[in-house]
Amino acid sequence: MNKEYYNFSKSVIITNELGLHARAAAKIAKLAMQAEEIIWIIKDSEKVDASSIIDILTLGCSKGTIITFTTDNESDLNILNDIVMLVEKGFGE
Amino acid sequence: MPNYEIKKEIRLIGTGASPGICIGKAYLVDKEGVDIVEKYFISRKNLDSEIKRFKVAVKIATDELRAIIENAPEDVRQHTGILETHVALLKDKMLYDKTIETIKNERVNAEWALKKVVSGIKTLFQDISDSYLKERSDDITHVSDRIMRFLIGTEKINIGEIDKRVILVAKDLSPADASQIQLDKVMGFLTDHGGRTSHTSIIARTLEVPAVLGLGNATQIINNDDGLIIDGTTGIVILHATDQTLSEYKELKARFEEHKAFLSRGCHLKAETLDGLSLQIMGNIELPEEVVSVLDHGGDGIGLYRTEFQYLARNEFPGEDELFDKYKDVVEVMSQRPVTIRTLDINGDKAVANSSGSDEANPALGLRAIRYCLKRPDIFRTQLRAILRAAAFGNVRILIPMISSLDEIRETKKLLNEAADSLEKEGKAYNKNIQFGIMIEVPSAVIMADVMAQETDFFSIGTNDLIQYTLAIDRGNREVANLYHPFHPAILRMIKHVTDVGKEKGIKVFMCGEMAGDPFNIPLLLGLGIDELSMNPQSIPAVKNMIRSLKVEDARHFINEALKQTTTMDVIKLVEASFGDMLGQT
Repeated sequence: MNKEYYNFSKSVIITNELGLHARAAAKIAKLAMQAEEIIWIIKDSEKVDASSIIDILTLGCSKGTIITFTTDNESDLNILNDIVMLVEKGFGE
Repeated sequence: MPNYEIKKEIRLIGTGASPGICIGKAYLVDKEGVDIVEKYFISRKNLDSEIKRFKVAVKIATDELRAIIENAPEDVRQHTGILETHVALLKDKMLYDKTIETIKNERVNAEWALKKVVSGIKTLFQDISDSYLKERSDDITHVSDRIMRFLIGTEKINIGEIDKRVILVAKDLSPADASQIQLDKVMGFLTDHGGRTSHTSIIARTLEVPAVLGLGNATQIINNDDGLIIDGTTGIVILHATDQTLSEYKELKARFEEHKAFLSRGCHLKAETLDGLSLQIMGNIELPEEVVSVLDHGGDGIGLYRTEFQYLARNEFPGEDELFDKYKDVVEVMSQRPVTIRTLDINGDKAVANSSGSDEANPALGLRAIRYCLKRPDIFRTQLRAILRAAAFGNVRILIPMISSLDEIRETKKLLNEAADSLEKEGKAYNKNIQFGIMIEVPSAVIMADVMAQETDFFSIGTNDLIQYTLAIDRGNREVANLYHPFHPAILRMIKHVTDVGKEKGIKVFMCGEMAGDPFNIPLLLGLGIDELSMNPQSIPAVKNMIRSLKVEDARHFINEALKQTTTMDVIKLVEASFGDMLGQT
């Protein structure tokens, strides 16, 4: 059921201490909501919609988890990159 | 036959979260009603209006949350960050869109659809192994409860709208609920869940309303309008009090309030003796939120910021940025007043692993505090860097616990310099010109005080450990606890030695143990020449008041007499004979 391959994807490791907690997830979702199509977050075999705080929280990403952001839509690439940067910077915490 | 039921007095015991006594009627803020949700089907032609009903409920809930954020009193505004996230959650796809979809697809009422969606979300959280992240499902509960209240609409549980003076009784109060409490309506509150360090109890202490938390099943025992007595100091809650109990507590309440009013009138005055010597009176804190309490009680700064909390009950060590954030919060609020940050005082491995069992035969004499930190420089470095970075935002002092030899001071300073260098290289903002102090709590540090003084900027005497190590008494051991007393002549002589060295070497001597917070000890401490006292925020007014009623010259004569005494009992008797009248008043 899950689509296996996406045109664009980037993996990133969670570096902030508390992992993807509510406020961090809210920051990702805010960016992802601006995308034209859905930006997905993949962790192991799970895939969730990056524009939903709750969806992100249910992944339970603690520090050190590797997650992948993907999209098929080239025009959303900037947003995807912004999200990746946000995670890499540990959400400015 | 009429039913003359005489209700028996019931006493419940919980955690005293915020001191004080209040007597009044119970007002149940019961979330139980929200859990029982009716299910009914919606005809096709009414689906749109059902969806609209849901949207309106979310809109009202959003407006209400926004209003809470905006109207939060200054002192609780720092806790509203999470509420902003709750606002975002209200419109989250998984909750909002899914509920609307469910109403449409299953043709059910909005309450049922919401309940179904939320329980679906909650099962997803059950598999999360990280305990912190797992608890985030509470955020979703708070948010969905809020919508549900407006959907059901019957009993509007709006704490802000209570129109009589009541005692709130709740299973749990969220920080949002607690920050809405209006002081002219709510006399106090009690809850089934929660403990002393929960945010709700911190807010209660900030607002100074009596509160007892963690009562277990109070909401099942207490009914609306039941007469209640809450004693937030002891954690006792009395239901259906007898007339005798009632008058006892009325008396206690009057005394408590009179005393508090008397002390707080003077708590912002300087702690200056009758002959003009002023002392710095500081607060001990554990959580950044307690800063407010220190300022409210008239504290001149933070004399002891315990940093263990961030290491407790979690799976991993806190990171530099997390620690920095916490320290910076405190430093910024205190602006130019000193903030004394004590480095980790426990065995971090054990704290983080959360194992209560110890494989050390004698942990008090084992690998803890500075010994642990020097053995785990990686952990220590993270904290040192966070402290140096926070120091860029105010007046920070660093305090090293459990120093027993000069080598430890040197090694610590080396690590501190390395931390500063690494921050410099990374171009991060920091300040390394901070006062470097050590705890004097091990007898060897007392004996070597003259040597230690040459390489430190200040001493802070930790009386709890100093007494334990000097008298070889574990206060937790009932067989010997009665032998533990700060007036043991050996302790007085040790403190005298430390303050003498301080004067000779020109460094300040502070005290941050329990001994500093008891008005009874103040004449002695004043005579011994301690420069600064640090204590629980609640003790500050009483200590300041004591200092203002003394003369330092009397205290100096007195200490000479006290030092001649040969037993603990003799010292106590001397204090009582000399200052008993004064102590009786406070």
